Amino acid sequence: MGILIRFLSQALPTLLGAVTILFLLLRMIPGDPAQAMLGADATAADLARLRQDLGLDQPLWVQYGVFLHNFVVGDWGNSIVTKTSALERVIEALPSTLMLCAAAIVIIIGISLPAGVISAVKRDSWIDYGVSLAVFLLMSMPQFWLGLLLLLVLSYWLDWFPIFGAGEAGDLLSQLHHLVLPALTLAAGFLGLVTRLTRSSMLEVLGRDYVRTARAKGLREPVVIVKHALRNALLSVVTVIGLTMGQLLGGAVIVEVVFARPGVGTMIWDAILQRDYPQVQAAVAVFAALFIFTNFLTDLLYGLLNPRIRV
Amino acid sequence: MPALILKKPKAVAGASLVGLMLVLALLAPWIAPYDPLALDPVVSNQAPSAQFWLGTDFFGRDVLSRMIWGARPSLLIGFASVAVGCLIGSAIGLMAGYFRGWVDAVLMRPVDVLLSFPIVVLALALVAALGPSLFNLIITISLLFVPRFARVVRAEAMALRELDYIEAARVAGQTPGVIIVKHVLPNALAQIIVTCTVFMANAILVEAGLSFLGVGVTPPEPSWGNMLAEGRNNILGAPWLTTFPGVMLTLTLIGFNLLGDALRDILDPRLRGLHS
Repeated sequence: MGILIRFLSQALPTLLGAVTILFLLLRMIPGDPAQAMLGADATAADLARLRQDLGLDQPLWVQYGVFLHNFVVGDWGNSIVTKTSALERVIEALPSTLMLCAAAIVIIIGISLPAGVISAVKRDSWIDYGVSLAVFLLMSMPQFWLGLLLLLVLSYWLDWFPIFGAGEAGDLLSQLHHLVLPALTLAAGFLGLVTRLTRSSMLEVLGRDYVRTARAKGLREPVVIVKHALRNALLSVVTVIGLTMGQLLGGAVIVEVVFARPGVGTMIWDAILQRDYPQVQAAVAVFAALFIFTNFLTDLLYGLLNPRIRV
Repeated sequence: MPALILKKPKAVAGASLVGLMLVLALLAPWIAPYDPLALDPVVSNQAPSAQFWLGTDFFGRDVLSRMIWGARPSLLIGFASVAVGCLIGSAIGLMAGYFRGWVDAVLMRPVDVLLSFPIVVLALALVAALGPSLFNLIITISLLFVPRFARVVRAEAMALRELDYIEAARVAGQTPGVIIVKHVLPNALAQIIVTCTVFMANAILVEAGLSFLGVGVTPPEPSWGNMLAEGRNNILGAPWLTTFPGVMLTLTLIGFNLLGDALRDILDPRLRGLHS
């Protein structure tokens, strides 16, 4: 029940605000949006029909009411290019993007947690400095450039990985093969943040009394580190990973374009270049909704893991 | 100077990189060996050589010259949008954090909404609606940073308003406007400067990303992002096209990140203890 109230009071108003921004965006297009979408050679009849479809011939507040109503009932308009439901197209493209984000999360956890723990345990050793340097470089490297370099070296020169696409439908091995480089590229931008955070929260926990007690009891060091320290350090790490999940969606746009991988990211990009605004709107709305939802879940999870902040 | 390098290696390295990029951007017309827009099909896609140090692109344009000129839009858009974002965002954050209550609620709602989009996605949607131009890019990227500045400054203002000297100013009968400008702002300034430096790196990255996606700086005008996009079409045949602009961009980001780290150590005594 408490969860429902928090959802209604926090996530829902934000979602409403996000939808309002999307509504305003289309109306911000300079000049006639219908003309902008259909191009200079559109006929007057086509323009009039599109204006009517989008409700642009109505007063602004009526447009807003209709927009909200249509949004709630799931009638998000049609793509101007394919003439099919914009929302359905986004839902079709979504699994590929979510798979990319999930793979990136696995890589982030698989690399950042051990790297952060080791550099905290071996503080000020050459491993610690090496990790810090690598983290700093990764944080400063634009994803699209890293992606292009990986593509050039590992795909073109060494021929280890495919160059574009998402692999054969139904062939899991081929799909995974196509997933490796995009997922690595997407993960790279976030490895730094999670590694740094794991290191600093491990350092904090390692100085606590219960860790000293565990050591004094004669427990072996790996047990102390994993069972006593890491478990407590994970709290803030989990939060950041949760918040990262939302940001991964944004990163996925650029990564999908670099690797010409089908998904919601490439869809937004294509739609923008083709001035297919209803499609842009639908895709951005889904991203915003997912983003708000994962942040909300992260909040909940943080409360569950840390009873002290539960109010 | 040597003592400073030993004491603050991060600050010196960061400032040098940022300084180098600034010099390149300011002196571009004088130091670029060729006209960055001059087409010459005869020398199309040439590898780096004594004549063209970093090679030429498909249209026979000199990559080194384009790279030097490319520093201009990146730094200009970065500075301008961080400045605008900082001014508006700090004003919102100061008021929300100092007054709390309904002022806070009214000001921070839109901020939370703007933060509910992944950064690249909102940038794309905004540029798509406004159309690509230098001015619109600055507007778009500023708008991305307004809510982020507002959050940081609000937290700072909330902490400061509880301090004794602010309380004293209030009791002495100073108006909220005077207190905010004369007492809260100066003490939040260190945090604001550090945030500006870090966000500079982010703003430059967003500009490069948008240009890479074809909705930022419009070709033939060079920017590191659109050079990478053009190089991508011939990544195997002319790998120098994708290598050098990326190096410049990364060096610039490293510069601002190092400078941000260093400034935080210098300006924020509370954090200094944590690192040493």
